Amino acid sequence: MYPQVLFKNRKPDRITTIEEYQQNGGYEALAQVLKNKSVKQVKQVINDAVLLGRGGAAFPSGVKLETVAENAPFPRYLVCNADEMEPGTFKDRVLIHADPHQLIEGMILAGYAVLAEKGIIFIRPEYENAARILEREIDIAKQAGFLGSNIMGSGYSFNLDVHRSGGRYICGEVTAQLNALMGKRPNPKQPPPYPTEKGLWDQPTVIQNVETLCCIPHIMKNGADWFKNLALTKGAAGTKIFGISGKVNKPGCYELPLGVRLSEIIEKHAGGMTAGSEFKACLPGGASTRFLTKEFYNIEMDFQTLKNAGHRLGTAAIMVFDHKTCMVGATLNLMEFFARESCGWCTPCREGTQYIKDLLWRIENGQGEESFIPLLKKICKYLWNAYCAFAPGAVSPVESLLTYFEDEVMEHIEQKKCPFKT
Amino acid sequence: MLPIELKESLKTRIEQSSHPKELVVDVMMAVQEHYGYLSDEALDESAQLLNLPPMELEEIATFYTFIYREPVGRYVIHVCDSVVCWMNGAESIQDYLCRKLEIKPGETTKDGLFTLLPVCCIGYCDRSPAILINKKVYGELTPGKLDSILEKLRKEAE
Ligand code: SF4
Ligand code: FES
Repeated sequence: MYPQVLFKNRKPDRITTIEEYQQNGGYEALAQVLKNKSVKQVKQVINDAVLLGRGGAAFPSGVKLETVAENAPFPRYLVCNADEMEPGTFKDRVLIHADPHQLIEGMILAGYAVLAEKGIIFIRPEYENAARILEREIDIAKQAGFLGSNIMGSGYSFNLDVHRSGGRYICGEVTAQLNALMGKRPNPKQPPPYPTEKGLWDQPTVIQNVETLCCIPHIMKNGADWFKNLALTKGAAGTKIFGISGKVNKPGCYELPLGVRLSEIIEKHAGGMTAGSEFKACLPGGASTRFLTKEFYNIEMDFQTLKNAGHRLGTAAIMVFDHKTCMVGATLNLMEFFARESCGWCTPCREGTQYIKDLLWRIENGQGEESFIPLLKKICKYLWNAYCAFAPGAVSPVESLLTYFEDEVMEHIEQKKCPFKT
Repeated sequence: MLPIELKESLKTRIEQSSHPKELVVDVMMAVQEHYGYLSDEALDESAQLLNLPPMELEEIATFYTFIYREPVGRYVIHVCDSVVCWMNGAESIQDYLCRKLEIKPGETTKDGLFTLLPVCCIGYCDRSPAILINKKVYGELTPGKLDSILEKLRKEAE
């Protein structure tokens, strides 16, 4: 059993109360920090801990906080991105349900690091339960004196609100999320200015993922070195919530050190492949990552190792496909998702995702031609030039399908049907 | 017309907000909750409350999955059709619901009880195949489970 940090208080059937959270050391980091740590020191510790953003992009959290200039104007905002909508990803929901005060404390600490006066949790409509839990626990934290004005006599004031989205994948993208929060159509907006300079209502704004924020109280309490030592591989730091789904016996969220091997996650923690299933491939970190095939079965799961192998850890939401699953069908399904969720702002993405979807549909349904393969590759390339990171994410599964499963694609074309359908 | 209390409570929230526009989705959702869907009239009323042109609300309303610009049934069933549910039988769940309710995806049953809409991953992949009914989650579905859920909702609606 590896050390449990974020899931330390997790119960099988209910949320952790504020009393339980405090009994296990909760809000101690906040008290210490507000009493004797400067804003600069907090940012330094997070930087030293090499906390990489857990929302998919792996941007160093400390650097993001430091981007808010010391003389930046007030008010400043902190937004928690709880708009998890990438297929296969559900860790943030589990984290909020397991231990809401961990997130609240993380937000107050991150808020303090940039002297934000207001924090907003942006949450998708499918997570209405989580939104209600958070609203209730925010009130409780306020009554306990951890939120509001002059927190614990420190002179620092911070308030928290929950903002409910109307539900669209693109709202998870930072600039789109800011537009959504300001009641505009949530299209992405290309920086500069960066949100940390001009974000919400043109004020400095930091956006962080739920899991990233949850790490902060523990880092502040136990130090940067402790956090770094949690990981199994050199250069990696901390634990990671791996959300595993698909053809395994025990789908769910597991907190494991970064650098743990994929084979171990599947065999030991997720209970192995389901009866009669053999591992064929997985998406290691949500729908916008590339298929990891058998040759990577033993790979160490951390951001850098996957990057070196030409892959992305993303949100570490592992979706496991077995030998009976048609990879063309799976990719077509992923493309249906991206085509539906494209915000439609720019032509390459709006038209390109539909075009790719159509070609995959034809291949899957026996109308494919060999010429589709170079055509698909070409369109994928164009999508890398779209307006935001959505489009390159959307083509990741397609490009990796053509890299690793060209045989399977060809079989569809030659047999004029899906070989997996009887 | 919206009931006075609802109108007043929304007005108060808008007045108290330093940035009323941040309430656009909240207001449309609350108004939709009252009417069942966001009709043209409901959209106009929301726009009036927020003091914004209806067109501006329209472009936001049509963007979001959970704002309905057309009538829906009392229970909106969102069937997740993303990849994990797909792998675990989402298609047969949807087919089964279509047969049982005698509707196609996007339609509402004659008695106005159920609307069936496909939706992207709802974040319950560990309990797939999963659906939402009025934002409540039901996972690890089988035809038998669906039968009893529909039965329960029908009784509840009586
Ligand atoms: S790439 Fe897609 S999601 Fe991003 S702005 Fe263009 S259309 Fe919108
Ligand atoms: S794929 Fe259906 S809930 Fe995630």
